Amino acid sequence: MLNVKNLKVKVADNNELILNGIDLSVKKGEIHAIMGPNGSGKSTFANVLAGKPDYEIVEGEIYFLSNLINELLPDERSHMGLFLAFQYPSEIPGVRSFQMLKASIDAKKEYYKEKKLSVREFAKLYDSKVKEMGMDIELTKRSLNFGFSGGEKKKNEILQLSILDPTLAILDETDSGLDVDALRTVADGVNAMRSVERSFIIVTHYQRILNYIVPDFVHVLVDGKIVKSGTKDLAIDIENNGYEKIISELGS
Amino acid sequence: MPTPESISRTTDLPDTEYKWGFTTEIDTELAPKGIDESIVKLISNKKGEPQWMLDWRLRAFRHWEKINKDHKEPTWAKVNYPPIDYQDIYYYAAPKSMTNSPKSLDDVDPEMIATFEKLGIPIHEREKLAGVAVDAIFDSVSVANTLDDQLKDMGIIFCSFNDAVKNHPDLIKKYLGSVVPYSDNFFASLNSAVFSDGSFAYIPPGVRCPIELMTYFRINTEGSGQFERTLIIADKGAYVSYLEGCTAPFRKTSQLHAAVVELVALDDSEIKYSTVQNWFPGTKEGEGGVYNFVTKRGKASKNSKISWTQVETGSAITWKYPSVILQGDNSVGEFYSVALANNYQQADTGTKMIHIGKNTKSTVVSKGISAGKGQNTYRGQIKIMPTADGAMNHTQCDSLLIGDKCGAHTVPYIEVKNSSARLEHEASTSKVSADQLFYLMSRGLSEEEANHMIITGWSKDVIKELPFEFSLEATQLLKVSLEGAVG
Repeated sequence: MLNVKNLKVKVADNNELILNGIDLSVKKGEIHAIMGPNGSGKSTFANVLAGKPDYEIVEGEIYFLSNLINELLPDERSHMGLFLAFQYPSEIPGVRSFQMLKASIDAKKEYYKEKKLSVREFAKLYDSKVKEMGMDIELTKRSLNFGFSGGEKKKNEILQLSILDPTLAILDETDSGLDVDALRTVADGVNAMRSVERSFIIVTHYQRILNYIVPDFVHVLVDGKIVKSGTKDLAIDIENNGYEKIISELGS
Repeated sequence: MPTPESISRTTDLPDTEYKWGFTTEIDTELAPKGIDESIVKLISNKKGEPQWMLDWRLRAFRHWEKINKDHKEPTWAKVNYPPIDYQDIYYYAAPKSMTNSPKSLDDVDPEMIATFEKLGIPIHEREKLAGVAVDAIFDSVSVANTLDDQLKDMGIIFCSFNDAVKNHPDLIKKYLGSVVPYSDNFFASLNSAVFSDGSFAYIPPGVRCPIELMTYFRINTEGSGQFERTLIIADKGAYVSYLEGCTAPFRKTSQLHAAVVELVALDDSEIKYSTVQNWFPGTKEGEGGVYNFVTKRGKASKNSKISWTQVETGSAITWKYPSVILQGDNSVGEFYSVALANNYQQADTGTKMIHIGKNTKSTVVSKGISAGKGQNTYRGQIKIMPTADGAMNHTQCDSLLIGDKCGAHTVPYIEVKNSSARLEHEASTSKVSADQLFYLMSRGLSEEEANHMIITGWSKDVIKELPFEFSLEATQLLKVSLEGAVG
């Protein structure tokens, strides 16, 4: 599904490497958690996978479904089935979530030269997903993310995830700023989407979300490098002992 | 007459740049270039006007001559253009086939009909179903008017200005210049002297006009000025929604357009006036384009409402301030505007709300989009007179910048002479952020679609005020006008 080889990345006008040789392989149906202390490059990694133009790939390759996607635009990656749930989703005044998602689906159908959904067909899909997520329908009538609370923004990201139905979903600190109830709703949404055909990368600082979404693999990112990989036990170890222990082990 | 050069240039251009840039090959009757009393007389004579109309024109001309001698062309707007040689303009250009005005559409030059068909203007009988009555103005002359019998039976008058002078002289005499006097300003005086045609609408007391009335303006002849006049009267308790659209061919020389629009809303009536202005904006290098110097004003009597909505994407220069004189108690004035300045376009636009009556209310929502080297200025005046007890105004003024070579300017004038008035002014300036773009692109929208979605979303408060079909056209225009401006 996803193969990242020796990925080195910097910000466009700065020579310092933020990602310093990442190797990661995600197979169909797997859930990988990327954990790490603040400033370790977790969010950068998520954004680089989605094609954020602020970053420059200095070395290495990203293969998605066997295609080299280093140079692909974010919209092309989206069409291929890659989805990023944002840590800080942008506010777009005057644009409703319905309208944006209809345009997204239309763009994808157009890309694959398939027949577009009628407004009625899409509305049916949309309404059922909104209901599934237990979202307030009033919220979806407002401008996208405009005046949404932190939890509402994250739920809205998961709503988009379920409607766009990607093959690889990357969740960038989706758990941050959520209370327990909101976290559970978000996790339920994700778990409902687990399948043998779909993979997840969950970027997080805390182990908490992994109690709800159980990962197959856990990787620890420090200074732009994966320094340790393991199973869910690694996340529990971090929860108990902090990142300090792993970092100090590295030094020895 | 179009020169061969201008025609080939037109076809060389890609469709999306300015697809209304074609010219139409028709025989045109031109008066000699320049302006003096004999030209004013010639225009009046061509129109077969009565003496009183000619006298009014001449008074206007003499007034204009005087202010022109004193170099009183207004210079306060934030726009730059080389001096206009008013003697180098054709003041009268008319399609030859119109010399004896046509009795029905069958008498209209097919080339001209084709032009309007190309523009998507429904002037054929079969397209009456579209639910609009259209007056099509070609080089300042009304060429086709579709008003069905149902409206006539209701007493609604919708015709060319020229016909109104002949057939409804009492209404014209009573209301012409009653909102914008011929001495109002430089361009209004010039228009009053040489206007060649325009639209006239009258809605009788208590009648709600059931369909949209629409005028479509088209400049064709090179080097000709366009001076049309619109007068709309909503009698007591009447309602009308009126639309105007404007396009012009691709020309490397600039063209002057100086129109006057007067709205008269009598007691308890409502006029909704919507404009989608898409005159040729000039080339990407800033050559040519229409100079759009327009005076638009309405006078609102007791309990009446006047609402201006405009989407201004065209013209090299826009100088226009659709205003409302809130004369009657409880009258309401609204101004909703999206003005776009891309490449070398300059827009200086806004409104004036003059509160005279008690409990008068006005709302101003102005959205200025600047891109390329465009300069966009909001200029608005809110004036509360001593008599206007309990007057209220809310102004919201937003600017959106695309790129770093454009400019947005806001110049609000607020004058309050009554302490019971309440005024609110909000202003904001923003850019399309890279984060917003990335967000939408990561959802599968191309950069262009993402930009378009952000910009139309941002303009939504204004676009939603337009009648439905017009709002679609306006959204499309914003897209086309900004192509290549972003990224």
